Amino acid sequence: MTAPPIYRNQDELARMRNNGRFRKKARRIALNTTATLVFLVAMFPVYWMVSTAFKTNDQIFTTEFIPFPTSFTFEHIDRVLSEGVAGNSIWLYLRNSAIVALGTVAVGAVFSLLAATAVARFKFKGRTSFLITLLVVQMIPAEALLIPLFLSVKRLGLYDQLLGLIVINVGLTLPFGIWMLRTFVAAVPKSLEEAAWIDGASRMTAFWKVLFPLVAPGLVATSIFSFITAWNELIFALVLMSPDGYTMPVALQFFFGQRGTDWGAIMASSTLMTIPVVVFFLLVQRRMVSGLVAGAVKG
Amino acid sequence: MTDTSIARRSHRPPKKASGLNPKYIPYALLIPGIAVIAALLLYPMFQVFVISFQKVGLPQIRDVNPKPAEWLGWENYTKVFENDIFWSSLRNTIGFAVITVTLTLVVGTAVGVLLNQLSKRMSTFVIVGIMAAWAVPPVAQGVIWRWLFDAEAGIINWALNLLPDFLSTALFGRADWSGEPWTNEAVSIYVILIVMVLWSSFPFVAVSVLAGLKGIPTELYEAARVDGSSPWRTFWKITFPLLKPVFAVLTILSIIWDFKVFSQLYTLMNGPTVREAFNLSVFSFAEAFKAPPKMGSGAAIAVILTIILLIVTAFYVRQMVKSEEVQ
Repeated sequence: MTAPPIYRNQDELARMRNNGRFRKKARRIALNTTATLVFLVAMFPVYWMVSTAFKTNDQIFTTEFIPFPTSFTFEHIDRVLSEGVAGNSIWLYLRNSAIVALGTVAVGAVFSLLAATAVARFKFKGRTSFLITLLVVQMIPAEALLIPLFLSVKRLGLYDQLLGLIVINVGLTLPFGIWMLRTFVAAVPKSLEEAAWIDGASRMTAFWKVLFPLVAPGLVATSIFSFITAWNELIFALVLMSPDGYTMPVALQFFFGQRGTDWGAIMASSTLMTIPVVVFFLLVQRRMVSGLVAGAVKG
Repeated sequence: MTDTSIARRSHRPPKKASGLNPKYIPYALLIPGIAVIAALLLYPMFQVFVISFQKVGLPQIRDVNPKPAEWLGWENYTKVFENDIFWSSLRNTIGFAVITVTLTLVVGTAVGVLLNQLSKRMSTFVIVGIMAAWAVPPVAQGVIWRWLFDAEAGIINWALNLLPDFLSTALFGRADWSGEPWTNEAVSIYVILIVMVLWSSFPFVAVSVLAGLKGIPTELYEAARVDGSSPWRTFWKITFPLLKPVFAVLTILSIIWDFKVFSQLYTLMNGPTVREAFNLSVFSFAEAFKAPPKMGSGAAIAVILTIILLIVTAFYVRQMVKSEEVQ
């Protein structure tokens, strides 16, 4: 190893400082450029969907690249809302999707709050087994449940009813809902409830007046997750519903017909389906990520 | 006197005359949750196992005067194993998962490390963008990427035509991409599927890695820099070992997700059309719900997929128990 030079004249020092500053700046520019590229690549497919939805057919069916819909039009949105697909307006499918997703959230929120409180606030026999069950059932593929649930739904007379779809979606979303909400309940210090008890509040009062308001943001995040899962669910809606009961994911499949594909209509419909989800999602993404990898990330 | 009673009471909830012994409260709270999980997940799981040993076809599922299911023993399984489509589905499932999980983790980690170097404003900007990609519903992903790869007016074929002819020929053995259909054949379907799932799942890895990186004390990196460690070496000697639990969970979650890809593949193929491109999920669905319905055979495939996933999940559960998440 060569010893570092100890004496430097002022010029040399200034040059080195400048050099360092220059390199820092170059590094920053390189980082920001790469980051912008990542952003553009990630956003492009979404942008392309939305921009196609507002282009005229002339600009859609072309071998040229038209980056912006210069012929901005609402004709595709109008068409899918009036004519629709598979015999119904897209409104109906959006409505079905909304009913299923909101129904799932309403039931799921209550059930997951109760269960999350149980595992986060109490020590009891079977607690660990319950938590492990929650983890294991999350990996069950929907296709495995599809056949028996299809047969049961038919037997119970719930075939082609949105209620049946809601019940199934509650089952699909509840394990993760409990898993996620549990960390929010555990994050509220128990001493707050104990303080309420000292002041003479009953368990119920302490729960509603102290714990519930503090867990509410977590409950919202969990509910949005369930909403998105139910909103996106394809396979059960596909086999359990007839055209009037289709949800958006099923309806989208019916645009691909024999006589060429109406890309304007498809992109308009999938834009209508995607926008609410992306907005919801961006509201809670931070909480969802921490819910999914909780513990592992905390280290 | 009063002090001690308060101290004692502070650890105990008030005894209300609600009648329920506090010991049973957690069980009461769990009743709806356990009922749902048992009825909608555990019991059907048991049923699908039973059905996989039965013959359940149209005569058994028709509404009027259904015939009872016939017990077949292992016949569904032996028939499935003799089916070439099963083996190609298994190959597709595993091959797709291996490639996609690897790509997702590498790209996601790289972007996570990148995000950690950015200014607060810049990283928020990029996170919002990539998270929007993650949020796109799987079916919408499918139609979007079908459109991007459309034969006539798709932007991918347009972009490939921009390549200089000699380069395109050297890389892909062809110069003209106009009218190239991508969704008719297994290999090209999986090219789209891999790109699409990578696009939609790397953001989750990136943001999780970023969260993990934020938890690493900066002194460690300063010490590494003082010692003249290269960024590459710093990553493998400091970042990677400290984030190992994060990577373990991300790997297993990605494997579980990528093994079950259904909506995207179904939408890309426009239903179970290209048999060579089936994965186990689509194959099970096609057996059970395409005419003539063979539910027993579909159930057998679903059971095989579930067993593979159970083995993977065992590692996941072990990891979670180790990190004291289940305590």
